[in-house]
Amino acid sequence: MTEQRPLLEVTDLVKHYAVRGGVLRRQVGTVHAVDGVSFALSAGETLGLVGESGCGKSTVARTVLRLVEPTSGAIKLDGEDIAPLSKTALRPYRRSMQIVFQDPFASLNPRMTAGDIVGEPLSVHGIATGAKKQERVAELFQQVGLRPDQMKNFPHQFSGGQRQRICIARALSLGPRLIVCDEPVSALDVSIQAQVINLLIDLQRKQNFSYLFIAHDLAVVAHISHRVAVMYLGRIVEIADKHELFANPRHPYTQALLASVPIADPKARRTAPLIDGDVPSPINPPSGCAFHTRCRYAMDRCKTERPALQAAGTAHQVACWLNDGTGRSE
Amino acid sequence: MSEAIPAETVLDVRNLQTVFFTNSGLFRAVDNVSFSVRRGETLAIVGESGCGKSVSALSIMRLVPDPPGRIVGGSVTLEGTDLLKLDDAAMRGIRGNRISMIFQEPMTSLNPVMRIGDQIIEAVRLHQKVSSKEAWKQAVDMLRLVRIPEPERRAQEYPHQLSGGMRQRAMIAMALACRPALLIADEPTTALDVTIQAQILALIVDLQQRLGTGLILITHDLGVVAQTAQRVIVMYAGKKVEEATVEALFETPLHPYTSGLMASMPAVIALGAESDARLNEIPGMVPSLTNLPPGCAFAPRCKLAIDRCRQEYPPLSEVKPNHWAACWRAGEIAGAS
Repeated sequence: MTEQRPLLEVTDLVKHYAVRGGVLRRQVGTVHAVDGVSFALSAGETLGLVGESGCGKSTVARTVLRLVEPTSGAIKLDGEDIAPLSKTALRPYRRSMQIVFQDPFASLNPRMTAGDIVGEPLSVHGIATGAKKQERVAELFQQVGLRPDQMKNFPHQFSGGQRQRICIARALSLGPRLIVCDEPVSALDVSIQAQVINLLIDLQRKQNFSYLFIAHDLAVVAHISHRVAVMYLGRIVEIADKHELFANPRHPYTQALLASVPIADPKARRTAPLIDGDVPSPINPPSGCAFHTRCRYAMDRCKTERPALQAAGTAHQVACWLNDGTGRSE
Repeated sequence: MSEAIPAETVLDVRNLQTVFFTNSGLFRAVDNVSFSVRRGETLAIVGESGCGKSVSALSIMRLVPDPPGRIVGGSVTLEGTDLLKLDDAAMRGIRGNRISMIFQEPMTSLNPVMRIGDQIIEAVRLHQKVSSKEAWKQAVDMLRLVRIPEPERRAQEYPHQLSGGMRQRAMIAMALACRPALLIADEPTTALDVTIQAQILALIVDLQQRLGTGLILITHDLGVVAQTAQRVIVMYAGKKVEEATVEALFETPLHPYTSGLMASMPAVIALGAESDARLNEIPGMVPSLTNLPPGCAFAPRCKLAIDRCRQEYPPLSEVKPNHWAACWRAGEIAGAS
């Protein structure tokens, strides 16, 4: 591959929330939702972000789009740092970044027709009006597998899978270069999930935009992503090419996560779960490596020093002190 | 269908029919469904939203809201008693005692203003003549059984003080407190993270085998089924379309809907050379129950459908020993594999 400038480059992204308490609403603690996350995403590439609830994956997604204001860190879109930009200065960049949310029931205005929903971004950004807008909306409907005559229908007249198609059409309307998908298929039935995943992949192949794809379902992420980053308590603990990550996971948390996925094969029954206990609170994350409280390979060093992401093979980085910082080999 | 119920059978459901009367017509939510569960056995009921799997469970518990719903036919025999013939008072003596249920969302099923221990005691004292002190001891023992650390302290706490996985453990403790003959778990791990899901499933299966409880596991996740069940029934649009042992079902699914479901699931382990292949999608969507096609409900989405499928509903038949399917072409599918 030639050294190209990545489409999106995130460096040391931090998002802290204040916890207030007492009569005076003084700050009594800090939620470390995202605690120093860095990654890059090339054009036409899909980066999967996985982790359990509360690991900060959705906060990363929203901070990248500046739907949530970052505490610190740089977010470079095409080399331009958008983190310090004012709302007005940010506006032209909004066109290049769109999002598809999890719940297609909550993210569509029930009083607007599907056609108006998909056409709204075109009006907001002053791109098309009148017949030209209608034409573009009809074209978008066809691209996502809906019929143009469905433009006059309201969201409640669509099934869950169709509503998610409307959300995708709306995201596509401005010709974005980056689409953030936050659990886009989690609310759908299995047979409908496959339809939406196939659609997302087909659209990317045709239009060459990038996805930042967030899901808790490892199988879905494995299917759609080119690279995968695993997050735990606000940090990326491992990031690699997806084949490499699933064939050769190096972080004990990634290994446990993969082993916890129920395999649809009765001959491959698992015996005991690999990790015990719950994810610790991000208000008081453990010192050192945040995973050391649940890790069965934890050493003294893990309790005091935080491991940084280090190379562990080609296109593979891991944050673990085992084996001189290259993680555990199975 | 066998007349005599084998001695070890805990629950026997025969020709259950539950309908809902709504403004847009009559829904046959559960249409002539039969199955049985043996002691210590796990039966999984699989299907997508609206297939009738949860209504089947609510029918067994006699918790179908009436109106609009009503059980209009069939029998539900638990340890020799037909539950559909019991009056409300007798049914209350069964629920939480001989049959218990665990729901998907532990936060909405627990009372937020009652201590965990008190909620378990409530079930125990309703069905057993024990002192409150003895019941509290039992509650703490149950929390210990579901491997909640520091059970004495946790029993004093309120639901919001527990994590999601811990709450589901508390629900399991409550459900098993009276040592029921049958436990129904409706999507028990769907709201949980994958590492916690693995812990909870392992716990349910372990306890069920130790206590000899029959378990009905309702889920949409075929991975969960493969990991926990002995037998599986697949439901589509209110009907049972396939039943088999878990090994036989995953080896050779005989109904096109079952094989379609399996093919549409992305698999983590199948990361071979061509993992970027398209998933096999099942075209279309689940039909509305008020407007079912005359023949097989799956025919409009089925690649193998022939004219007969669109006209006549296929009966459930034993295509291979102990492997039933409701499909006109199941024989061919079984022969080809």
